[in-house]
Amino acid sequence: MNATTIPLRQPRRSRRVLHLALILCAVGFMGLFLILPLATVFVEALRKGLPMYLDAIAQPGSLSAMRLTLWVAAVAVPLNIVFGIAAAWSMTHFRFPGKALLGALIDLPFSVSPVIAGLIYVLLFGAQGWFGPWLEAHGIRIIFTATALVLATMFITLPFIARELIPLMQAQGSDEEEAARVLGAGGWQMFFRVTLPKIRWALLYGVLLCNARAMGEFGAVSVVSGMIRGLTTTMPLEVEMRYNEYDHVGAFAVASLLAMLGLVTLGAKTFLEWRHRGELAAHAPGSH
Amino acid sequence: MRKRILPGFGLSLGYTMICLGFIVLLPLAALAWKASGVGIMGLLQLLDAPRARAALMLSFGGAFAAALINTVAGFLVAWVLVRYRFPGRRVLDALVDLPFALPTAVAGIALTALYAPNGWLGQPLFDHGIRVAYTRLGVGVAMVFVGFPFVVRTVQPVLAALDREIEEAAESLGARRWQSFLRVILPLMLPAILTGFALALARAVGEYGSVIFIAGNLPMQSEIAPLLIVQKLEEFDYAGASALGAVMLVFAFAILLVLALLQRWSRRWAELPA
Amino acid sequence: MKVKTLLLMVCLAAAANVVHAANLTLLNVSYDPTRELYADINRAFAAQWKAQHGDNVTVQMSHAGSGKQARAVVDGLPADVVTLALAYDIDAIADRGLLSKDWQQELPDHSSPYTSTIVFLVRKGNPRNIKDWPDLIKPGVQVITPNPKTSGGARWNFLAAWGYALQLPGGNEAKAREFVKALYRHVPVLDAGARAATNTFVQRGMGDVLIAWESEALLAQQEFGKGAFEMVVPSVSILAEPPVAVVDANAARHGNAAVAKAYLEFLYTPQAQAIGAKHFYRPRLAAAAQTSGVHFPAVKTFTIRQWFGDWRQAHAKFFADGAVFDQIGPGH
Repeated sequence: MNATTIPLRQPRRSRRVLHLALILCAVGFMGLFLILPLATVFVEALRKGLPMYLDAIAQPGSLSAMRLTLWVAAVAVPLNIVFGIAAAWSMTHFRFPGKALLGALIDLPFSVSPVIAGLIYVLLFGAQGWFGPWLEAHGIRIIFTATALVLATMFITLPFIARELIPLMQAQGSDEEEAARVLGAGGWQMFFRVTLPKIRWALLYGVLLCNARAMGEFGAVSVVSGMIRGLTTTMPLEVEMRYNEYDHVGAFAVASLLAMLGLVTLGAKTFLEWRHRGELAAHAPGSH
Repeated sequence: MRKRILPGFGLSLGYTMICLGFIVLLPLAALAWKASGVGIMGLLQLLDAPRARAALMLSFGGAFAAALINTVAGFLVAWVLVRYRFPGRRVLDALVDLPFALPTAVAGIALTALYAPNGWLGQPLFDHGIRVAYTRLGVGVAMVFVGFPFVVRTVQPVLAALDREIEEAAESLGARRWQSFLRVILPLMLPAILTGFALALARAVGEYGSVIFIAGNLPMQSEIAPLLIVQKLEEFDYAGASALGAVMLVFAFAILLVLALLQRWSRRWAELPA
Repeated sequence: MKVKTLLLMVCLAAAANVVHAANLTLLNVSYDPTRELYADINRAFAAQWKAQHGDNVTVQMSHAGSGKQARAVVDGLPADVVTLALAYDIDAIADRGLLSKDWQQELPDHSSPYTSTIVFLVRKGNPRNIKDWPDLIKPGVQVITPNPKTSGGARWNFLAAWGYALQLPGGNEAKAREFVKALYRHVPVLDAGARAATNTFVQRGMGDVLIAWESEALLAQQEFGKGAFEMVVPSVSILAEPPVAVVDANAARHGNAAVAKAYLEFLYTPQAQAIGAKHFYRPRLAAAAQTSGVHFPAVKTFTIRQWFGDWRQAHAKFFADGAVFDQIGPGH
């Protein structure tokens, strides 16, 4: 037992019963709503045995979907890292008119339905959209290509890193940066030597969540993908396709890869928290 | 002026604005422009259709109910994770974020397999006359799933930072445990709870990927608003789809705004006894 | 130096183009249930084209709901050919000027190389004793059919039911409306697509009877084991004619006009017709059905032209916003 959790008075029997009941309630709820669905994925994927499972994963469709998913995340996440840092820096170290509005705009993609997130890019870049005809005349196509997938994914994941960094940077203040400046550090020097080390673990945490969401997005990408197998189908779309092909094991096999990715993300996150409690503590999304 | 000491204002704000402009504002402007094509009368007509109203009611009502459930359950889980030590606590803590990490389509298929009348949970429930999959209840289950982490993750840090001495002081002054909970802890937690509620609500309102599999999608009964948008698109009714999308966005934003105000008010209120 | 490198790269790229000019890529935008069919067709066509012209043809496929696909093509999905569930969806593309409005005259049989019909799939032993359309509205029977707003197959289902009621002795519009309205009262789940509906019926155990394409019913029987499900052929049904067309504007731009046309014409050859029959689509060539070994039961069918004019009229009357389905569908 951890010393901080022991109340001053020794727990009475009735209180221990209450503790146990509350713990059981929490575990029961999470078991019902989170753990069972996760278990279902793996059970269904392995229903016909390991060889079938591996076979389903090794199909060219899954492999190209994996490549595309990784590619989309590899483009969207770094762009969001730069955005998150820039947004957090400007939001926490400066005062300017319209700051509250900017904060609201950063959060906006959270409340936009994924279907709408896809639709807006069709309205912009579709053949009948604002820029579609001009782009087409110049031989450029954005909609129904990997570019559109990246855009839709960026939209969905835009708030993740900024949300992670803003409360932390707010709490840390700007004293150290100012000291670095007074001691003659250049702007980038200050950023890489002072700011980045201070926020790196929170940043990494944000990146992990952003990455997991980017790889798993379904609604928005399904609107802008065009579903060309091998070219514009990401893993979540591949799951739906397999499901629609009566390839149950295949669908759940690809799904289990995504689930494992999620679990690895969560594992890495827990590890980070364990190693760097102080730096990460108390700054989950939305705590500002 | 302190702010001039630090560099990068123009660069960081500039990049932020450009990114927001291209990724968020410009596309949403296209949505607003397209939506304006239906006109005020068209919009009223759209909202007056019983089917659209039922779908919006389900999306917002379901999200509201799910957010309420998540608030209670999320608070409980956060409490257990912060206050108690038990084997498997760290695993449980990690699993809270599962809905962030699990793709919505996967969640939808898994939940349907689980809660369908021939599923692990669906079968016993069905035997007791409770149908989950393909009903409004199923919509709620999916919405609870996607919104769950928000409440836990907003309440947890605040709860952890809460000074135990306040509670103990209250108890040493003779307050019973539930009294100290109701009078001391809950008011202090209210802003965080409201934030979590708002985020869970906003997330669930627009949810499509997981709900679509488990909802029966029957008009007037289990059809969510995003599905109606998709159907409008199938009819090449871009203006109608955009208008419905814009209405959802405005509603969601209004709810978030009200909750933000409530939160500010509760924060002020919470500071009084502290 | 830099300029030289650049020039060299341009030359190389040009050279590569010449060498690989014989690699053609065609995009076929199709609907959900045709995945297995076109996988085989594409292989056969590529082999034939290679033998005749020496070029490699790769046919890329895109599958989703028929209506969604039509919209994607209108929005810029660069389809060379479309092979969709119903003519209205291709009409919608033609309305945007991507192909000629009389596209249905371009190929034989109203540009529809295969046909199918609408049948019922019931559980083992037919416990509800479903024999014909009226049995679907017996008390307690649950019917699975997708949403006609989002699924092409579901529109055929709807029209098959409507047409059945219309052709009965003494049948008329009002009676047909009553019958179809009663039918949708028995529908507990309205999936977005035909495949999703089949999954709901087969995997999730929902409903007593699935209204489906004959090809889907036969495929489900094969996939999930004979005997687990039984196919029931109603007394009368609709002749479903899924159409195909070259999207002229796209094919011309890609320089694919000739190969796209050849691809669709290939569908009418005995070889492709036999492949179609193997995948449970009724071939136009009677001989192909025999060689495939698939037994297509005799069905009395009516065509869309017989009762509904054409697809544009049927769509406007039944499936447009606020039309008949919106008035009598589930929830009414």
